[in-house]
Amino acid sequence: MNLVDILFYIFAIVTLVSAGITVYSRNIIYSAFSLLFTFCGVAGIYVLLNADFIAVAQILIYVGGILMLLVFGVMLTHKVINVEIKTGILNIIPGSMITAIVGGTLCGIFMSTDWLIIEGVPPIKSTTNEIGTMFMTKYLLPFEIASVVLLVALIGAAYIARRDKTSKQSV
Amino acid sequence: MEQLLRNIFDNNIFVFTVTAILPLIWIVPYALVAIWLERKISAHMQDRLGPMRTGGWHGWSQTIADMLKLLQKEDIVPAAADKILFNLAPYIIFIAAYAAYAAIPFSSAYIGADINVGIFYIIAVTSLAVVGILMGGWASNNKWSLFGAMRAAAQIVSYEIPSVLAVLAVVMIAGTLSLQEINNLQTGWFWNWYVFQKFPFIFVAFIIYFIAALAEVNRVPFDIPEAESELVAGYVTEYSGMKFAMFMFAEFVNMFAVSAIAATLFFGGWNSPFGDFLGGPIWGVFWFLSKGMVLVSIQMWLRWTLPRLRVDQLMYVSWKVLTPFAFACVIAVGLWMML
Repeated sequence: MNLVDILFYIFAIVTLVSAGITVYSRNIIYSAFSLLFTFCGVAGIYVLLNADFIAVAQILIYVGGILMLLVFGVMLTHKVINVEIKTGILNIIPGSMITAIVGGTLCGIFMSTDWLIIEGVPPIKSTTNEIGTMFMTKYLLPFEIASVVLLVALIGAAYIARRDKTSKQSV
Repeated sequence: MEQLLRNIFDNNIFVFTVTAILPLIWIVPYALVAIWLERKISAHMQDRLGPMRTGGWHGWSQTIADMLKLLQKEDIVPAAADKILFNLAPYIIFIAAYAAYAAIPFSSAYIGADINVGIFYIIAVTSLAVVGILMGGWASNNKWSLFGAMRAAAQIVSYEIPSVLAVLAVVMIAGTLSLQEINNLQTGWFWNWYVFQKFPFIFVAFIIYFIAALAEVNRVPFDIPEAESELVAGYVTEYSGMKFAMFMFAEFVNMFAVSAIAATLFFGGWNSPFGDFLGGPIWGVFWFLSKGMVLVSIQMWLRWTLPRLRVDQLMYVSWKVLTPFAFACVIAVGLWMML
């Protein structure tokens, strides 16, 4: 087992264990914070796959953005500390059916894929330039659509958050 | 550097460990001196003497004595605190502060990891600190801690935008995200430094970056997260002993990190200001650390000169002043480059 293998198993264990805590923890704040380790573990696996830009973007967007939003949301929730998350068994038949379909599909893809094993990992080349070029040429339309969606979300957030001047006068 | 170590030791794991630990050799003595310096500077600015007794000459060993005292203190965890998160938070904050050093070039021969996405990586890992702050503030189970943590998180997230835009202006000229490459592009006399390029847009970008960086490391005038007159000590209120020392250490490590990034992006990093005068890898370390320390001193000077901003003024500065100017810089630099 060489260094890359050891690192892969470390990242995989970190990802899986922390994801398990997220799902099974009864304390909602532990679930939120253990996502930090899940995101970092996934970023580590991206690095091992030579996707440096995506790994960093993963940390920037998921840890810096989404996790922050989640933690804020959890903290602003009423009664964070002593809330017991109720777990009960509901909708057994549709639930198990959906699980079986999703799990079966994933296993099927996993088994049927011809996994490519590269001996001797090549040194990491810069992917940033290629990603930028692709965005501006081949994938220009999806890129622009994503920008417009984000802009709409931004304007929507500003509209919801802005001070309502009419209701202030009536009070 | 890495190649040299590999030639000597012939063991990958050992070489990686040594490369990873090297910045600590600088930041531990730096933090000890910087804390003492801050106390002396604040004292002289306020017409006092500051620590004078410990160690003889101007109380130079005061921080070392404080460090020994903090090491011997009892490790107190408040009864109502969330024990796991309370103990974990100082580590996360220190990891976030130290992780940035992986991509900072100390000299032409030494950089922790010469990755192609260097500056992007630094921006990403510094956002980990917010998680640590929120964790510590929440786990302390104290109103002041939680308020401080909330303010810190809101402040850091807001000020990330102007600082990233200011960095983007430099990256546009350089055409690379690797900090070592950016340094190589600024070799020569000091007018090659990016701060003097595309005048005055990059200079304005530097000012924006520096102001935003002050806010990101929670320094005065942006220190409302730990405003002692209203919040006791913000998110560190419940921490004592070595855990408090970790927070303090991380703050000073962060101060140098943002200064080092500013020095690398705008002031040529390890390049000598006078062409080949005192050039080379060894002197490079000297130039780099000097530039960083000058910027750290400016942070200290500002801290004891300016009053604290209110929360609404803080948000006003970020969203209505820095962000539009940063956008203007990016657009102006872009247009200039197209000409």
